[in-house]
Amino acid sequence: MANTIDLKPVSEFISEDAPARYVYDMSPEKHEIALSTHDLQVYYGDNLALSEGDLAFERYKITSLIGASGSGKSTFLRSLNRMNDGVATVKGNITYRGVDINTKAIDVYEMRRHIGMVFQRPNPFAKSIYNNITFALTQRGVTDKQELDEIVETSLRQAALWDEVKDELNKSALALSGGQAQRLVIARALALKPDILLLDEPSSALDPISSAQVEDTLLELKNQYTIIIVTHNMQQAARISDYTAFFHMGKVIEYDLTRKIFTRPKVALTNDYISGNFG
Amino acid sequence: MDNITQKLMQKSESTKKDAMGRAISLSALALIVIVVISIFAFVMSRGLATFFHDGVSVKDFLFGTTWNPSVVDPHTKQPYIGALPMIVGSFLVTFLAAIVATPFAIGTSLFMTEIAQKRGTKIMQPVIELLVGIPSVVYGFIGLTVVVPFIRSVFGGSGFGILSGTIVLFVMILPTITSMTVDTLKSVPRHYRESALAIGATRWQMIYKVILRAATPGILTAIVFGMARAFGEALAVQMVIGNAALMPQNLISPSSTLTSVLTMGIGNTVMGSLQNDVLWTLAMILLLMSLVFNLIVRAIGRRGELK
Amino acid sequence: MNAKTADKLATGIIYTISGIVALILVAMLSFILVRGVPHLSWHFLTSPAKAFEAGGGIGIQLFNSFYLLLLTMLISFPIALAAAIYLNEYARKGRFTTIVRTAIEILSSLPSVVVGLFGFLLFVVKFHFGFSILSGAIALTFFNLPLLTRSIETSLAQIPNLQREAGSALGLSRWETVIHVILPAAVPSIVTGVVLSAGRVFGEAAALIYTAGQSAPALNFGDWNPFNISSPLNPMRPAETLAVHIWKINSEGIMPDVSAVSAGASAVLIIVVLLFNVSARKLGAMLHKKLTSA
Repeated sequence: MANTIDLKPVSEFISEDAPARYVYDMSPEKHEIALSTHDLQVYYGDNLALSEGDLAFERYKITSLIGASGSGKSTFLRSLNRMNDGVATVKGNITYRGVDINTKAIDVYEMRRHIGMVFQRPNPFAKSIYNNITFALTQRGVTDKQELDEIVETSLRQAALWDEVKDELNKSALALSGGQAQRLVIARALALKPDILLLDEPSSALDPISSAQVEDTLLELKNQYTIIIVTHNMQQAARISDYTAFFHMGKVIEYDLTRKIFTRPKVALTNDYISGNFG
Repeated sequence: MDNITQKLMQKSESTKKDAMGRAISLSALALIVIVVISIFAFVMSRGLATFFHDGVSVKDFLFGTTWNPSVVDPHTKQPYIGALPMIVGSFLVTFLAAIVATPFAIGTSLFMTEIAQKRGTKIMQPVIELLVGIPSVVYGFIGLTVVVPFIRSVFGGSGFGILSGTIVLFVMILPTITSMTVDTLKSVPRHYRESALAIGATRWQMIYKVILRAATPGILTAIVFGMARAFGEALAVQMVIGNAALMPQNLISPSSTLTSVLTMGIGNTVMGSLQNDVLWTLAMILLLMSLVFNLIVRAIGRRGELK
Repeated sequence: MNAKTADKLATGIIYTISGIVALILVAMLSFILVRGVPHLSWHFLTSPAKAFEAGGGIGIQLFNSFYLLLLTMLISFPIALAAAIYLNEYARKGRFTTIVRTAIEILSSLPSVVVGLFGFLLFVVKFHFGFSILSGAIALTFFNLPLLTRSIETSLAQIPNLQREAGSALGLSRWETVIHVILPAAVPSIVTGVVLSAGRVFGEAAALIYTAGQSAPALNFGDWNPFNISSPLNPMRPAETLAVHIWKINSEGIMPDVSAVSAGASAVLIIVVLLFNVSARKLGAMLHKKLTSA
């Protein structure tokens, strides 16, 4: 495991005049920013589910979004590649490579090929393992068999699944175990060579061993992808991520280096959450 | 604009395909709506011609008891276009069939959901499905070869009439009412049953006082659906009703329904003539009645929600 | 009467009622089969009907029924599929959707004789299609559309949203996801729905007597050019189906063996319809197994 951190913040770290909110200064001079949001607000009907979403994500790093159920972390994540279109109203800017992608002029389908997503429950298509990976590519016009073969192998290797399935690529993906299926889904997303990978509690439906496999996979992928992951599991956040954002009641309360969040949180609420006082 | 901006702003293949697919599927839906509207428009325009073009009075049509459109009454100089015998015939067979079918449908549904869930469903589910599957001409044929002679031998007369029609329709609407009632009973929450049994009610008390009461709106809906089917059924009824456009004297005198007169008559009249127009008026009544059944179902649904 | 006696009595009555219902079905089926099956022969199934003498068959009617069924399905399936896709995948809650759903509900509850008369008015008379297979197929399409649309919509709705999200997350549009992911997964239950509706269409007669007509002109089974009038494939020829034939000969048949012919024809009709019903579920279950297993 990458960075093992003792998960016991002590309340004396929190001083009397602790801030109500702290957001790490991701200055563009010092960091290469892959994606950033400005003044993001999400409404379900008239209900404001998320506000003050101002975050910047560094390239080739893993950022965890933590918080209790209903804190807005998943809503935030799903807004980043506009999976909330048609479900919720998202206001504000989402800047990806200098372009605000939260506007009508953006082709969402093209955008999602740059910003991929993996969900909580493994959702392989009712197709063969091979076709699960190549399907979206063939829709984009990639038909060269050799090229497809290579992509299948590369992405399965990246997702650490290749060795387990290389002899049964034509088997139905529905026959895979939960952990395998989730890694296949990650491989499927990688096959499109996205820039950014969004993961919504990708291992919460898995057993501990599969979950560890997925974590290892993510750590491997960090070299080539910017990863933003929602997780319920604070140990997981602490183990794999470089940055962590703590959400509470639809607001980002604290965003900092993971190391700092889990050892010296600056906001009392964060301290309460990670010491297990609620959530 | 740099490359990536351009790429993100351009309409992708996916967007184009989606717009096309959306348009195709929407037009299919529009087609169905257009069909429904044209059915109403065409049948209504023909049906109303009786009153507007041929000058028949609505009162004479709805309440007149003599139906013989090709013959003119020597006193009034009006053709005999009293449709009451058919209207009465249709409503009679519909209500009678529903009255007979309802206890059978409820009994069978209770058997499947409350009394013998596993075995009951295993046996009765296929029975209901097979009954639904039997084509109406086969019901008519059985009615003609079994029911009509039976009625004749028991009650005398020709055997054709409202009673035979009722018996045939009873079997035809039974599966409709039953399967919808089963769905309703299954949707009664489990804790209703448990709390009734917990306070010492017998099974029948639980069924009668709790389940059937909770399921009443659903059962009523099922009955109305069954009645709509009975009201609109044409051939099976036509084969056993006797096809005499007379006011039913009793349950075993030859009579007719809206549908039976329609199926017999449309081919034998000339388009645009009064004899033809009045038949379209009968079709219009059928159309409007199916609308009425629809509205009743909706009204029941709304009242059920309020509770 | 105390509660326990009432309970026993009610249980007894419910058992009796269910028994009677089952008995009615068994009696009807055995009546048809016992009366009809002895009459079935290769000759009966293949030779043309006779109007005035005994010994006629149902060959042409049988062929007409299947041909009409095929045409009806060819027309109604794509429309129902597209409509169901819109309803399940694109439609949002709103006034338009409510109107459309109401229209479909109304269409499904219209008496089939009225649907047939509309087909007669519009296609037979106005468009001069005459009594023809085409007019019949269109009338049956109207009769079939609402139920088929609803059954396909239900099949699509059973596919979990996870699959749609998976497609979206890969940058596929709704349409691409539906066509390549949702539809293939829904095939087993769509097939069940289609075959079940085929059974209904096969047995329908009221919508046909004034559209496909009540006559079955002789066919030349050696001529498969659909433009020739005696060709079995000609969609503009009148075509009495098996179900219409049963109604027709029972209402006004004058051949001496009318009851035998109608019993035989009813038996064939019921066997075919039951085969559709049974195979619908079997086929669906089989496809489902094939789809999910390795």
